[in-house]
Amino acid sequence: MSIQVKFFASMREKVGMPDAELDVADSEMTALKVWQATTGQDTLDTNILIAVNMEYVDKDHLVSSGDEVAFFPPVTGG
Amino acid sequence: MLIEVTNKAIDAWTIIKEYESSHDELAGVHGANVVFLGRMRDFNDSAAISEMELEHYPGMTEKYLESIADQAKQQWGILDLMIVHRVGQINLADTIVLVAVWAAHRAHAYEANQFIMEALKSKAPFWKKETLADGSTRWVEKNTPGKVQS
Repeated sequence: MSIQVKFFASMREKVGMPDAELDVADSEMTALKVWQATTGQDTLDTNILIAVNMEYVDKDHLVSSGDEVAFFPPVTGG
Repeated sequence: MLIEVTNKAIDAWTIIKEYESSHDELAGVHGANVVFLGRMRDFNDSAAISEMELEHYPGMTEKYLESIADQAKQQWGILDLMIVHRVGQINLADTIVLVAVWAAHRAHAYEANQFIMEALKSKAPFWKKETLADGSTRWVEKNTPGKVQS
């Protein structure tokens, strides 16, 4: 399946890319696995926020083909 | 209802005046209009700040602002509201965010306005990157509290 991955703000600078496309055969793909496959990092800091299709989820959320998965730091608008 | 993310300067009072002019239905029925303006100040976290860059997640930001607005309308039964948020390059004293709420009574208008601001600050995907006086930059890692600390 194909997954679109996005990184924002300090997360984009840390991983060194604004986005990525992931093609995997894993039917039990979680947000954490997406993070590991795209960044090569095993762990995901607990303060990092995750969104799938623009809705907040936790790291164990199962993703599907065509999903957009985003990783970003705590929000600081307003 | 107006929800907007813009990279242009926010002229709050003109936006509100024009909105009210084109929404005659608000005239005479609202007894309270609470307006909050968030502006860029020259210090944060003990450092002098000269300018700021505001980034957002196009699509998700608007979606969450709309969701927050719907929640406020349902919870406080307000008549109308407006959220305008700036992105891009921001200079000292610029308006970063405008939240306006129209309600029959002030209690609902005040409470809904504060709810919208606090929800926006904790949920809407915006990020600030500050430029310090020496030219270096840093990401803001957390927002200041919205309630007075006792």
